[in-house]
Amino acid sequence: MNCISVKNVSYKYPYTEGFALKELNYEFEKGKCYGIIGANGSGKTTFCNLLRGMIPHFFEGELTGDVFIEETDVRNWDSNLLSTKIGYIFQNPFTQISGIKETVFEEIALGLENLGMEKEALIDRVIEVVKLLKLEQLIKKNPNNLSGGQKQRVAFASIIAMNNDIIVIDEPTSQLDPESTAEIFSIINLLRNQGKTIFLVEHKVDLIAEYSDEVIVLKDGQITLSGSTQEVLSNMDLLQMGVMLPQASMLSYDMQKANKQLDSIAITKSQVIEQIKQRVGV
Amino acid sequence: MEAIELKNVSFAYPDGHVANEELNLIIQKGERVAIVGQNGAGKTTAVKLMNGLNKPTSGDVLINGMNTKTQTTAQISAYVGYVFQNPDDQIFNSNVQKEIEYMLHYLKLNPQEIKRRVSRAVEMTGIEGYLHMNPFDVPYSTRKFVTIAMVLALETPYIILDEPTAGQDLHGIKTLSNLLDRLQDEGKCVITITHDMEFVADNFTRVVTMANKRIIADDSARNIFWSKEIITEARLKKPQIGEISEELGLDGNIIFRHELVELLKR
Repeated sequence: MNCISVKNVSYKYPYTEGFALKELNYEFEKGKCYGIIGANGSGKTTFCNLLRGMIPHFFEGELTGDVFIEETDVRNWDSNLLSTKIGYIFQNPFTQISGIKETVFEEIALGLENLGMEKEALIDRVIEVVKLLKLEQLIKKNPNNLSGGQKQRVAFASIIAMNNDIIVIDEPTSQLDPESTAEIFSIINLLRNQGKTIFLVEHKVDLIAEYSDEVIVLKDGQITLSGSTQEVLSNMDLLQMGVMLPQASMLSYDMQKANKQLDSIAITKSQVIEQIKQRVGV
Repeated sequence: MEAIELKNVSFAYPDGHVANEELNLIIQKGERVAIVGQNGAGKTTAVKLMNGLNKPTSGDVLINGMNTKTQTTAQISAYVGYVFQNPDDQIFNSNVQKEIEYMLHYLKLNPQEIKRRVSRAVEMTGIEGYLHMNPFDVPYSTRKFVTIAMVLALETPYIILDEPTAGQDLHGIKTLSNLLDRLQDEGKCVITITHDMEFVADNFTRVVTMANKRIIADDSARNIFWSKEIITEARLKKPQIGEISEELGLDGNIIFRHELVELLKR
């Protein structure tokens, strides 16, 4: 079943000259994880705003073409209802926290509280999420005093508590150290296993290779490449689009040049290790 | 001595929270050094000791022999330029050009010199297309280059970059890499905090590693990434090529693709 359909969509922000998105077409299926990559300024964040209905519900400007979210035209969605349907994780951990709650527990409960959930159900739900993400040590702390990595985990906890079907995640780890990055990606994997539809903007293509089912490449507001993760992340044309290939792909190509061609262009670490073992016998 | 020297330096915030303990470090003029470690390890506090924004609670910080305790932050800023982690902490003018020129006017440089310095900084950071924009309308990753240009224009012998790689795309990473080469050619010392381990391996030979408020290692990128103890204590990650080599059981402490291919070719 299609989760979101984007049909011939172009979009221009108010008071700007050029189009930020140009003639986009894509069918997004329920339960898949979509990696969205591209150089800075290529339209990734605008595309996120489109997918989550912020365009046209919050951003004015000129929208042509159609976006259907679960078969209903985005224009006909109630924007409050849409926010319970689609969750969003910000790029910057420092703007992630509401700033109005004094404990992590209350911060995670905030969204549910706004939905008017009964107190006992709410407490049960928050405790469940806290256990799932192993946040027990943090629940009494003030969210404003957390480290960047901790704030991002709390933000994910809030989203998981809401149980949104669709989750849009915009560069969740750009400010984080390697260990916090790995923690965030294990949470993303958890969401994937729960059958959520995920849109993930990320510069770290090695991680996109591990976690996405399909990849969309944006350049100057257009989709210039898309398809299975394997197909897209093994394509050398990415470099022309301002995107690095995964280390595993680059290594596969270098092996080819060195007359030690692997079975295929591997995109993940485990694939490339397997293929090198077969080819070279180390 | 022309160097930044930290001698047994500890630092605690006024509320008593200790952020750095017994740091000892000498970074010579013209060197290029990466500082790595977890969020909260004390990296930013340590570099703020180097530019006088923080003064040590105990121990001494010397900049070209001058003790930061006896100098004002303004005096030290003539020697050490610091690019904040969050560009928004550093920006307050209405357009990018004015932002870069601001300190140069304050220093009462002549118009010709201001022009020369601005064009050098703008060229090195690749922000020509943004000069007349409001800095807050410039995309985040480019805004970081605006703040780098502001500091480059001061032409200090020491430059500190706090997480310049965060959120940068392929082009941004290349620009940073070229910038480091160019500054080294000019004899400038650059100290860079980053979480991007590939960037560290590609661009730095000397890597200072921090964990739990302290410096736990000061060595080559290769030795740092191939020390199990350091990786574990500082919770770092090898560059992926290093991880692949390790899992294949290869010798030679490989961190670069060409080294790995060379070995596999045999």
